[in-house]
Amino acid sequence: MNFSGLIENFGPLTITGLAQGAIIALFALGYTLVYGVLRLINFAHSEVFLLGSYACLVVWGMFGLDQNSVTPNVFSVIGLLLLGLVAAIVISGVTALGVELVAYRPLRKRNAPPLAFLITAIGASLFIAESVGVVTKRGVMGVPPLIRPTDVFVIGNMHVTNLQILIIVLALVMMFVLDRFINRSRMGRGIRAVAQNPDSAALMGVNKNRVIALVFLLGGLMAGVAAVMYDLKIGVTKYDAGFLLGIEAFTAAVLGGIGNLRGALLGGLLLGVLQNYAAGLLGTEWLHAASFVLLVLILLVRPTGLLGESLGRARA
Amino acid sequence: MRQVLARAIGGLAVIGLVAGAAACNSSSSTETKAGGGNCGYELAFFGALTGSAANLGVNIEQGFELAVQQYNTKKGSECIKVQKFDSQGEPAIAPGVARSLVANKKILGIVGPPFSGESEAADPIFEEAGIPTITPSATRTSLSSKGWKTFHRAVANDDSQGPAAASYISDVLKAEKVFVADDQSAYGAGLADVVKAKLGAKVVQTDKTEADGKQTDFSTVVQKVIASKATAMFYGGYYQNAGLIRKQLTAANWKGTLVGGDGMKDPGLAKAAGNANAVGTVVTCPCSPPEKAGGTFVADYKAKWNVDAGTYSDVAYDAANIYLAGIEAGNTTTEKMNTYLSSVNYTGIANVYKFTATGELDPASIKVWAFKFDASGNTIADQEIKTA
Amino acid sequence: MSEATVTSAPAPVKKNWRESGGTRGWFGRQHWAVRVGLSVVFALVAYLLPYVGQVPVLGPQVITQGIDWSSALFNMSYYVLLALGLNVVVGFAGLLDLGYVGFFAVGAYTVAMLTSPDSVLKTEWGWVAAIPVALAITMLSGLLLGWPTLRLRGDYLAIVTLGFAEIIRIFATSSETLRGDRGFSSIPHPPGTYADGKPIFGVADATPYYWLGLTVVILVILGVQNLDRSRVGRSWLAIREDEEAAEIMGVRTIKYKLWAFAIGAFIGGLGGVMFAGQQGFMNSQTFVLQFSILVLAGVVMGGSGNIFGAILGGALISYIPDRLRGIKDPIWDTDLYEYRFAIFGLVILAIMIYRPQGLIPSRRRAMELKDREKEVAPQ
Repeated sequence: MNFSGLIENFGPLTITGLAQGAIIALFALGYTLVYGVLRLINFAHSEVFLLGSYACLVVWGMFGLDQNSVTPNVFSVIGLLLLGLVAAIVISGVTALGVELVAYRPLRKRNAPPLAFLITAIGASLFIAESVGVVTKRGVMGVPPLIRPTDVFVIGNMHVTNLQILIIVLALVMMFVLDRFINRSRMGRGIRAVAQNPDSAALMGVNKNRVIALVFLLGGLMAGVAAVMYDLKIGVTKYDAGFLLGIEAFTAAVLGGIGNLRGALLGGLLLGVLQNYAAGLLGTEWLHAASFVLLVLILLVRPTGLLGESLGRARA
Repeated sequence: MRQVLARAIGGLAVIGLVAGAAACNSSSSTETKAGGGNCGYELAFFGALTGSAANLGVNIEQGFELAVQQYNTKKGSECIKVQKFDSQGEPAIAPGVARSLVANKKILGIVGPPFSGESEAADPIFEEAGIPTITPSATRTSLSSKGWKTFHRAVANDDSQGPAAASYISDVLKAEKVFVADDQSAYGAGLADVVKAKLGAKVVQTDKTEADGKQTDFSTVVQKVIASKATAMFYGGYYQNAGLIRKQLTAANWKGTLVGGDGMKDPGLAKAAGNANAVGTVVTCPCSPPEKAGGTFVADYKAKWNVDAGTYSDVAYDAANIYLAGIEAGNTTTEKMNTYLSSVNYTGIANVYKFTATGELDPASIKVWAFKFDASGNTIADQEIKTA
Repeated sequence: MSEATVTSAPAPVKKNWRESGGTRGWFGRQHWAVRVGLSVVFALVAYLLPYVGQVPVLGPQVITQGIDWSSALFNMSYYVLLALGLNVVVGFAGLLDLGYVGFFAVGAYTVAMLTSPDSVLKTEWGWVAAIPVALAITMLSGLLLGWPTLRLRGDYLAIVTLGFAEIIRIFATSSETLRGDRGFSSIPHPPGTYADGKPIFGVADATPYYWLGLTVVILVILGVQNLDRSRVGRSWLAIREDEEAAEIMGVRTIKYKLWAFAIGAFIGGLGGVMFAGQQGFMNSQTFVLQFSILVLAGVVMGGSGNIFGAILGGALISYIPDRLRGIKDPIWDTDLYEYRFAIFGLVILAIMIYRPQGLIPSRRRAMELKDREKEVAPQ
């Protein structure tokens, strides 16, 4: 127990935790969206993220950039970032749709038991992650230094860098846009309808298959953004990056109330910050154990997570 | 009816697949005819070739295979055959693979197992079968105290590398504040513990990370390093984690030196960190720089495998050559080979090899060198560390 | 073979093989003596599996290349044990457990702590003496996990069990007492010597371990089968189908859910005990999360809720990767073992798409699925 260390580093641990939590939150949205509509855990979502994290690296690689390059000028950085984002979003979105098409739709046609969906998703996840592992020889792939972290402002010993601000702001913007989309748009209404009652929604003329494909796609888009931010923050990606972060994202989704968009944001940020405090207090090796203990404690008090599960608002 | 048909076809397909696979097996086990001059024997590599620990295993296997191939080229025939046994570096898998190794009676010696954990699980089986092993990298001290007669270690154990790293940090780097972390592996934690004990009060803070490759975000470790105001960090662990730590330390503007053991002496560190970030990172190794020994190992390795020699490639190369010299001298049974090893005195590219009664490297021949990463991502010899 | 009653179902004349229940239906219609006889023959064949390599033509196709065949068989035996145990939790009681390896770890670690000279306890018991303690502790850990999670349903339960296993793994890695990666060495093997004084359970030959494992598997099958047909089994069924309805009908759901956890944990712990006894050395590397997921995939793939489905699934998840080992792929000349999980992912994807109920489905589940298929709204 290192209380003085925790108090001394409180500021820095909070800001790094928030940045990490923002990435987790965006990642967690994919679990939450699919769960909200289908009541199923999409185990393959971690691989949606994984392929996104490689997609932007491949695009940057086409411009001859790798981990040993020098940082380009501001305008090319902005251009490259946008290109990388587009690539990651497209690949992640396509992967998510592919997973839906291969691992979910055939089973839905046969009205298979929920466990079967879990296993097909695990199968798809294993296949994608391991194929990437075989192709990359299980090594790491470095990220070009597009953004050199520099302090924007300093409060006490808390140095807030441009990268951290970018990550947190981008995550909040994405969350806001998604929230608006689900709650205001016509397609969003369809999603909420199916989430509340799939059969009635179908009777009212909502195309269920299209709605399900849409939530997979939305989750994929968010994961794509999360993947680019992850690359910039961590500096490398590898074949099991999705799996390692996926467990945290899934925990965050459950923590906030799976199926609840704002819950994912809350869960992600909370998990990111509290993990860091635990690491500061007990040592980095206990970081994940702390997050699971926290999860169990919260579920004991609130069995459906902090904000409860509700993608369609009617379900409290 | 259609279903029955589909099943029948499916069944046939499965049988075909298995039969095809078996065909591959049989073709790969064509026997080498025993030629003249102590030929027709086999040497085995036992260690991780796949899985998350594969990189280290592959380094060793390639060094080993290079030596055998050079020997065969010299002989002008496929004299000694290489057998590879993939343990994945996991103690749970190692015994089954080891049992399939000992079933092959042509094998005269084993290079491996690379990790201490799998050594504990597999070495009793090799001991029972009487096949000598030379491990190029399992450095757990207790391995030599199990009474295994077939056990030989071609590197210094954890007890000799730790003090050297500690004296480098305090004497050469002249660091007064040192941060020590490890990856909780038997190797990393063992090394870090020795360093901590030797540095004493200079250690301002410590931390532990997940095992190599199991963690990518080290922001909390980085934060602690910066807060501790340390000017040097020792990391007991392997190169992938170390590279990421170095990269994230640089990104957070930490200017100190990262120091580690031989598990970090690999181009993979620079690959994970980016060459510019890795420059100046110090790794200690109980081995001599290959270029000091003359010879063409570094160039040969690059030519054969199209990658740079990694951690322990040179030691494995030496271990294979020790066996080959033994076969050349007519030690063509496992018993003779084991007796030969107990009295061998072989000068290789990384070290002079002489084993004590427990299979440890002779203390007199242990040299610890410090290496530094250069701007191209390779390790170059820095200086020999004297530990008095 | 507790049910020795003669079933006298008159064989319907005009039903084809499939409609009359296939192989299992035929088996059920036989005289009890025939059934016992067939089971004994089947068990005998299982005991002779280590020698299957000697069978001409077919034998060499079956045995593994890169790993000793007896060791592969032993590995299968403890995977089958785990699948049987998980089948009780997931298949019978319908509680989704993603952290089953946790119990395996508890069983193995208790044995290691009690027997290994590396342990802080310094008790250095024999392997047999440690078994009852290990099993008691795993059952207790099952209750410990089960009790706080009783309120949780479905996927929440899944993440909590996953967290439970991860906490055990992290604890095993990071705590001084459990020695992490350093592990426990010199864990004693099962006792017994041949007439010439050589130990039966040595290090070089894994066949006796396989026979021991197989014996345990058979005992567990008998036990689980009886449970399934008993009041407990029927209660599990009721809970699985509709927990509220079961509760209203007077099933004490809490009690039987705890039973499921405890029995599942017991069997998982048994697997851990066997593993530790054969291995001699173990450390925290073995108990990774992927292991749990693999066993779950095996159970569901084989046919969740059916004992023989679980056995088949458990055996396959161990056999397929081991069989791929030591075979070179023709293009990159890599060991096929490297691709095992990629191939495996495809295999379970394909199996679940074409047989969502599993390879050997529980008959009741298969019927449910048929009903559900009719319910699908036209899309």
